[in-house]
Amino acid sequence: MCMVCGCGEGEVKIEGGQGHTHDHTHDHHHHDHGENSHHYGKGPAHAHAPGLSQARMVQIETDILSKNNSYAAANRAEFARNNVLALNLVSSPGSGKTTLLTRTIEEIKDRINLAVIEGDQQTANDAERIRATGVSAIQVNTGKGCHLDGHMVGHALEHLKIKEGVLFIENVGNLVCPAGFDLGEAHKVVILSVTEGEDKPIKYPDMFHVADIMVLTKTDLLPYLDFDVEKCMDYARRVNPKIKILQVSAKSGEGMEDWVAWIEASQQVNKIGQGG
Amino acid sequence: MHEMSICESIISVIEEQAAAQSYTKVRTVRLEIGPLAGIELEALEFCFDVAAKGGVAENAKLEVIEVPVTARCIPCAQPIDVKERFDPCPKCGSFEVQITGGDALRIKELEVD
Repeated sequence: MCMVCGCGEGEVKIEGGQGHTHDHTHDHHHHDHGENSHHYGKGPAHAHAPGLSQARMVQIETDILSKNNSYAAANRAEFARNNVLALNLVSSPGSGKTTLLTRTIEEIKDRINLAVIEGDQQTANDAERIRATGVSAIQVNTGKGCHLDGHMVGHALEHLKIKEGVLFIENVGNLVCPAGFDLGEAHKVVILSVTEGEDKPIKYPDMFHVADIMVLTKTDLLPYLDFDVEKCMDYARRVNPKIKILQVSAKSGEGMEDWVAWIEASQQVNKIGQGG
Repeated sequence: MHEMSICESIISVIEEQAAAQSYTKVRTVRLEIGPLAGIELEALEFCFDVAAKGGVAENAKLEVIEVPVTARCIPCAQPIDVKERFDPCPKCGSFEVQITGGDALRIKELEVD
């Protein structure tokens, strides 16, 4: 890991913004990332004399995620400066996140400034789908990583100039790891499609616990499925009694109004909180 | 598999502290991990050995202090025993349970040379 800013070992790729379609491999960094760029042995006691050393205890008392949390706090401050509502969209792969997002963008882009950060292990396909709507999008490829972290989002923000608007951060499709990594967002939005099991909220409780809202997608398919909506909502509320739940079909448009209304209301509340 | 990035974070804290606390070798890393932290201990240990290679914590022993889950039932307004996030209150059956501990993910202390 890079000791200057904490980057991973060159696995992460943040695609260049402003309409670039070629991949950048970390060329926005101004420090070297060697394969083994740790700088050990520069401390005062580098000359280690066997037999003379005495083991001792060092109290560290540090939250393991503190580093990520400090990047997230910096992002949050940046969002506040620019009056941006950041939403972290999390789900399993194939829940319809990108489809919901493109439909949402089409409905609100004329009245709200929008930008998107797309997280996937590989390919810029999703960012291209977003750009087709005319909204600027940055693809972050996490390589072997299973989640976006505060640091990757911070770098992606350097390419996105958004003010007074809404930033959607589409996390890597994964219902486990993204739960623990704060990106600086105002809300985590967990998206669950009705083609998945209704017991996902209790199978992956951590994610549903940290989310403020659950969006049930692909509801146009309900007539063909055995998915029990009531049971699913009950499971979600067991894990998180305060969770808000919406049912949406990005295909038929049913429920889109409620979802858009939630985004707009959140933006207003957020603006007041940010002092805008 | 975010145990790997957790391990990278642990190692980066240890490396950062090395100069300040003047140590060159870490023998034992003691962590506090709660059952609700979402960490698989076996995976963590496996990743730790890999992440520690070539640094001050190479071959260090990983010790985990397990932190108990503590919770309060909001309707009963008193502490209760639960094991998982979605366990109901054993007294009143409500799911309005506030988890007050058990999601810790901390580096407690190091045994160093």
